[in-house]
Amino acid sequence: MSGNMNLTLKVWRQKNAKESGRFETYAAKGVSPDMSFLEMLDVVNEDLSKTGIDPIAFDHDCREGICGTCSMYINGRAHGPVKGVTACQLHMRSFADGETIIIEPWRAAAFPVIRDLIVDRQAFEKIQQAGGFVSVNTGSTPDANSIPVSKVNADEAFNSAACIGCGACVAACKNSSAMLFLSAKVSQYALLPQGRVEAKKRVKDMLKVHDDAGFGACTNTEACEAECPKGISVSNIARLNREYAAAMLVGE
Amino acid sequence: MTNLFEFLNSSVGKKWLMALTGLFLSLFLIVHVSGNLALFKDDGGLAFNQYTVFMTTFPPIKVISYLLYATIIIHAINGFYLVAKNMKARPVKYEAKKNNTGTTWASRNMGILGTILLIFIATHLIHFWYEYKFGEMDWKTYVVEATTDNILKEEVITAADAKAQHLKPATMDYMGNKIIICKDLYGVVATAFKDPLVVAFYVISMLGLSYHLLHGFQSAFQTLSIRGKNYQGLIKGIGTFVFAIIIPALFAAMPIYFLTR
Repeated sequence: MSGNMNLTLKVWRQKNAKESGRFETYAAKGVSPDMSFLEMLDVVNEDLSKTGIDPIAFDHDCREGICGTCSMYINGRAHGPVKGVTACQLHMRSFADGETIIIEPWRAAAFPVIRDLIVDRQAFEKIQQAGGFVSVNTGSTPDANSIPVSKVNADEAFNSAACIGCGACVAACKNSSAMLFLSAKVSQYALLPQGRVEAKKRVKDMLKVHDDAGFGACTNTEACEAECPKGISVSNIARLNREYAAAMLVGE
Repeated sequence: MTNLFEFLNSSVGKKWLMALTGLFLSLFLIVHVSGNLALFKDDGGLAFNQYTVFMTTFPPIKVISYLLYATIIIHAINGFYLVAKNMKARPVKYEAKKNNTGTTWASRNMGILGTILLIFIATHLIHFWYEYKFGEMDWKTYVVEATTDNILKEEVITAADAKAQHLKPATMDYMGNKIIICKDLYGVVATAFKDPLVVAFYVISMLGLSYHLLHGFQSAFQTLSIRGKNYQGLIKGIGTFVFAIIIPALFAAMPIYFLTR
């Protein structure tokens, strides 16, 4: 086929969490520019399995940019060179014919590599479980307008809730800090009256789990915002800082 | 109290500590640079030497100076702690050259810039602060006309003589004139900045200060969650023009002034 590209892939291969890994170089031949990055890897994997090499293990699920599963650090950037997309929404036309592409897993103490490009992101689940919810007593459905919410706050909370927990913020941050993720999760509740009830306990518990998991602190480089596929703003981090200080230092 | 300790032990609390101490140090820089403008006055060091007497004897300033020493130490130790903790958060580095989209060089190198500044502060204190407090230096006597402030006469008292006479800084009235006796720190400054190597060290350090504040000033406000569409530009503007350009430039101009005079 004309217009197809030949690429060289330098991929991190690691058998399991215990063994040390290394980079392997593979050729990706006849890659269509219309393929997504994951489709390109599928094709390479097909070739690899034909030659008896274990296919490259990578996380993926929805392949439409909303699940946040496809964690990949491509050519020095989380999810590759295009802004505001996950790896599945990245297309091969973003690369040049003959290019060498370095593919690495997220690098963070809190995200240990399980195999090849797959990292264990349970630390995010633990942060979420520590307070990323609203406790509701069961019963009949309350009236829709019984709790007024301003449009501005509703929109802001929705923007924060757009976080898909992919971990690109951690991958991009020089400190492997999960502040953008944590702050988005704290914000989406802190902005709404239903979330205010447990706000203090929530931010305290969630930050504690964040710190204990081995994520770094925030230096305000704002690399996270630049790499976030959902455009989560660092204003969430400012809100987290305020919420946490208020929870710890003001009142009870 | 337990809450305060838990706060200061958390990553967010440590950033608050960094921001508050950093802003206090920034505020000090304004005082320091304004006072030191007296160096540019060509009066045999009278204005500057009198300013140093004020700074070392006025009780509120003395209290603040101890607070300042403590702040520098806390800011530095806390900073090193954060750098170490943050480095531990990524034990395996990336192979590909990191693309730093959306970030500034200063923001990524605060630890290195801070280290440069710590070395600078130590050297700077040994140069002048230690010399003034504990070193043996020349003194100066000025005779000033009380009504016009014209300097009628100035005389150097050598370090040895000053020691023998147990001199204390003093201002006396004498037949319509003022006699001012003080340590000649101005002379020490003028001599030190005749050495091009010393001047180069100071100028480079001020470049470090510039970059440190370029990120540090506005970053402190983000940490303290003082952030809003209406004044975000103002904070960045003050951080850039006042703290990253004007203040370091004025400081750097001082050694250059003495070198080229």
